[in-house]
This record gives sequence, C-alpha cells and structure tokens, in this order.
Amino acid sequence: MEEPLDLIRLSIDERVYVKCRNDRELRGRLHAYDQHLNMVLSDVEETITTTEEDEETGEEIVSKKTRSVGMLFVRGDIIVLVSPPLRTS
Amino acid sequence: MLFYSFFKTLVGKEVAVELKNDVILTGTLHSVDQYLNIKLLTVNVVNQDRYPQLTSLKNCFIRGSVVRYVQIDPKDVDTELLQDATRKENSPQVGGGALMEDKK
Repeated sequence: MEEPLDLIRLSIDERVYVKCRNDRELRGRLHAYDQHLNMVLSDVEETITTTEEDEETGEEIVSKKTRSVGMLFVRGDIIVLVSPPLRTS
Repeated sequence: MLFYSFFKTLVGKEVAVELKNDVILTGTLHSVDQYLNIKLLTVNVVNQDRYPQLTSLKNCFIRGSVVRYVQIDPKDVDTELLQDATRKENSPQVGGGALMEDKK
C-alpha cells in the first residue's frame, strides 16, 4: 500500500524542509515522526519571515530572522508541508 | 504513542517549551501524558520583561495543544533508537489498514 506518509518515512535520517504556519520554515535532520506529523529534528535552522508595511511609502518590508537549535520537537498541528532533501545527482 | 514514550525518557531533563503565543518556558520536565500535556518544574520565562505576569511562575501544567516546539539538549536523545522506533511504528505491515485491502 502506498500512502503519502511513505515519503516522510523514506526521509528518516535525511535533511528535510518543513514549512510551518506563521511564515516559519525549518531545515533539519529528521529522526522521528508520527501520524500527526509531530517530529523530532536535529541541527535545525529556523527561518521566520516577517513583513511590515512602511507607514509613509506603503512599501512592504520583508525581513528574515534565522536561529539554530540543536534538537527540536515540533508539534504536528503547525506543519503545512514537508519536503524531502533535494538530490543533486 | 511514540512521542509519549519519547518524552517519558526525557523526564527529569531540562527542556525549553515554546508556546504558540511565543512565550518560551524553560524548566525541568516533570511528567507527560498521552496528549503530550507537560508539567514543568522550576520554570523560568525567557524574555521575562515582556511577560511580567509570568514572573511568579514556578511549576506549571502546559496543555499539549498550545505547544509549538520543545527544545531538547541533543545529548539527552539517542537518535538511532528514535529512528528505529519511528520505522517500527510507521512500518507498512503494522496497523489496521490491512482490513481494507483486497484479499487475493
């Protein structure tokens, strides 16, 4: 039987890209997941994108903040998508 | 049940729980249940100036659903064991899905 979660099972011990709610993105090595998409990632880099509107010009100012975390449990309900590592071969 | 078991192995360890309202609480993990509710002891609020109402917090119960992240010390985690447990729990042969499959 093939199911969508197979893709994630094959990404265990690989670096994955995880898009979350509130314009948060994570990149890290996947060690564990369950059917809710709760996860444990290691060597995580989190990128938070914020957009603010300049009051005078009305231009949107996009800023990105990144931080690193050694080991992180992520609750599945904030996860939007999971992408396996890009293969360059 | 995988993460319930996982958090049970972390009881007594220092963790940082980041909530969906951006509050970050650090403390000792006292206990966890099947909903991944968490009880923390000796709580410290990161960025306390922003949340003065939380200054007096010492012990607390956190509803599992409001958790965004739990930061863990990498040396408290056996990643090999975790990966094996994940593969076992999510292996295609296990579970009730077979009930719906065609018999050949």
